[in-house]
Amino acid sequence: MIGSDRRQISSESSADGVAHGASRFAYEIESVRFRYHAGSSDGADWVLDDVGFQVKVGEVLGIVGPNGSGKTSLIKILASILSLQQGTVRLFGDDLTALMPQDMARLIAHVPQDTHQSFPFTVAETVLMGRFAQRRDTLWSGGFGWEDEADIAAAAQAMATVNIAHLAKRLVPDLSGGERQRTVIARALAQSPMVLLLDEPTAFLDLQHQIDICRVIRQLKEERGLTIVLVSHDLNLVSQYCDRILLLDRGRVARLGSPDEVIEPGTLEAVYRCRVLVDRHPDTGLPRVTVPGRALSGRT
Amino acid sequence: MATPTSQLAPVDSSPIVSPPLTKVGREQLQQWKNSGAILTFQRWIAIIGSLLVVSLAVCLLCLQFGATKIDLGIALSALSGWSGSGALDRAGTDTSAVIMLHIRLPRVLTGFLVGGSLAVVGVALQALLRNPLADPYVLGVSSGAALGVSLAMLFGIGTTLAFLPALPLFGFVGGLLSLGAMYRLARSRGRLPIQSMLLAGVILNAMLTALIMFITSIMDPNRSAGLIAWLMGSLMVSSYGILSMFALYVVGGASLLLQKAQIMNILTFGEETARSLGVETERVKKQLFFLAALLTGAVVSVSGMIGFVGMVVPHAVRMLVGSDHRVLLPASMLAGGMFLVAADTIARTILAPSEIPVGIVTALTGGPMFLYLLLWRKDQFV
Repeated sequence: MIGSDRRQISSESSADGVAHGASRFAYEIESVRFRYHAGSSDGADWVLDDVGFQVKVGEVLGIVGPNGSGKTSLIKILASILSLQQGTVRLFGDDLTALMPQDMARLIAHVPQDTHQSFPFTVAETVLMGRFAQRRDTLWSGGFGWEDEADIAAAAQAMATVNIAHLAKRLVPDLSGGERQRTVIARALAQSPMVLLLDEPTAFLDLQHQIDICRVIRQLKEERGLTIVLVSHDLNLVSQYCDRILLLDRGRVARLGSPDEVIEPGTLEAVYRCRVLVDRHPDTGLPRVTVPGRALSGRT
Repeated sequence: MATPTSQLAPVDSSPIVSPPLTKVGREQLQQWKNSGAILTFQRWIAIIGSLLVVSLAVCLLCLQFGATKIDLGIALSALSGWSGSGALDRAGTDTSAVIMLHIRLPRVLTGFLVGGSLAVVGVALQALLRNPLADPYVLGVSSGAALGVSLAMLFGIGTTLAFLPALPLFGFVGGLLSLGAMYRLARSRGRLPIQSMLLAGVILNAMLTALIMFITSIMDPNRSAGLIAWLMGSLMVSSYGILSMFALYVVGGASLLLQKAQIMNILTFGEETARSLGVETERVKKQLFFLAALLTGAVVSVSGMIGFVGMVVPHAVRMLVGSDHRVLLPASMLAGGMFLVAADTIARTILAPSEIPVGIVTALTGGPMFLYLLLWRKDQFV
């Protein structure tokens, strides 16, 4: 099943009639294997096992899968936070492991799942820290330089994009989960990256803010041409807002394709091991997932 | 290209207008400056300038107090006479001037440097360990340095002037080893929970203290009495030579730390985030470990074990000036200096003419604050 899915991906890209060139892909991931305890000998505990796919420049790719399927590990590998044991990850054609942290931070911004902060920094200070890799003060690099107007403007714009301009003076530990999440997304945007990696960007947000963040994601793709990879548990948000979806199952790629190709009952039931109902979103016509309710499961 | 993009666009998407960059920058900078949302150079100057003035005033005030009170006017004339020619002759004829120049002034200066370095080490450890409660004394770094210094004393290294740097060096090695041990013990799955750090610190402290007590018990009783007095925290320094050497350590270490100020800001978000923001975390971590142990070693070799300054002072300073390490480091240095000079004045005068060790004063003021933060503000730190 997995093998046939990967054939499907390659046939899809060749159908577009575009050759495989470095410029077409933000990421090229080839037969990646990863596990946390590199020392252990038996092969049963691979968190990611023979994962391979490409992320096109300017697309929004959603990574979904059950708990423990390797979503967060995969996005941390893309962010170069975890280093893999086998395989290669190329970013715009270059080997990811060859990049220095500062160069990487100009290309990739990563929004982690855990945004805890015990130190009372203000929101504005936090967002400005996203400018670190873009700053040019070399003598006191990382030490004592001051942000210039361009840094402030980038931070202010990032804050306006996620609607937290009014929070500038507030202290991060005092924020609600949603406000902190948006602060960290603003910090990532202040990096002025080419690729944005988001780990559960809507996990702590109420409905309104979930939609806000999803709209921002589309806006960043359409206005700035950002490539966005996000991990989420929410199949519906992924279906509505992502161009393509990568479905992971126990560390392997179960399926990769458009929402229509991935969000369909057969695939989801096989991976999630439970019944799901898939119909169409009344506004967009895209697939919509519903879990069976009590009365319904009694009837069928 | 017929992509499903248009189809995917949200129904009610109204474009969010982005105003031109530079205009936003200028307006926002002014607004943030006015509201204090970010640290600016002007604010830095104001904070550090006023702290300099206040700490100078505190030092002058504390110079007056001791077993005998010396008037500020006499104190100042003694100080100014010192810089003139023949100062020692004149000082020799005036008891107040002798006390001022050879007892109180070196003691206040030592107190200022020790307090300042302890506070700066606290700030560095807090950024490194990502917890605002980290303190070199509580985490066992000071005990490690004290064991190093005690060993040097046991073997008679550093008792002569020629071997002077040996004591801070032994302190540095001891501090570095115990800091490394604490880090290894407390770290689990890339995290440093405060409970594990405190537990590791408690156990290290108990073991290292036992070793130090063993050293004092096998030492010649006359020398062990001196060792015990030093261990309890004392700011008596035998000469201006030692004092200036210590000042070199402190100024050097603190300036190197200051050069890492913005990296320390970013490190508070955790290693993974710091790395993704462009910091070479492994290298920076080693540098910070090294500098924290170096300063702790120097401080402990001069003044023994003085606790809680490294936690209390940065915490108070953070509440006053914010968390940005560009201002937090120098402000903590000045405030820590002030705090210890004041604490030492209390230690010298409260039971005058006898003195109590200054470590007792800092532990009795800092300890309760630590407990308060741990018990009632737990949500912020755990």
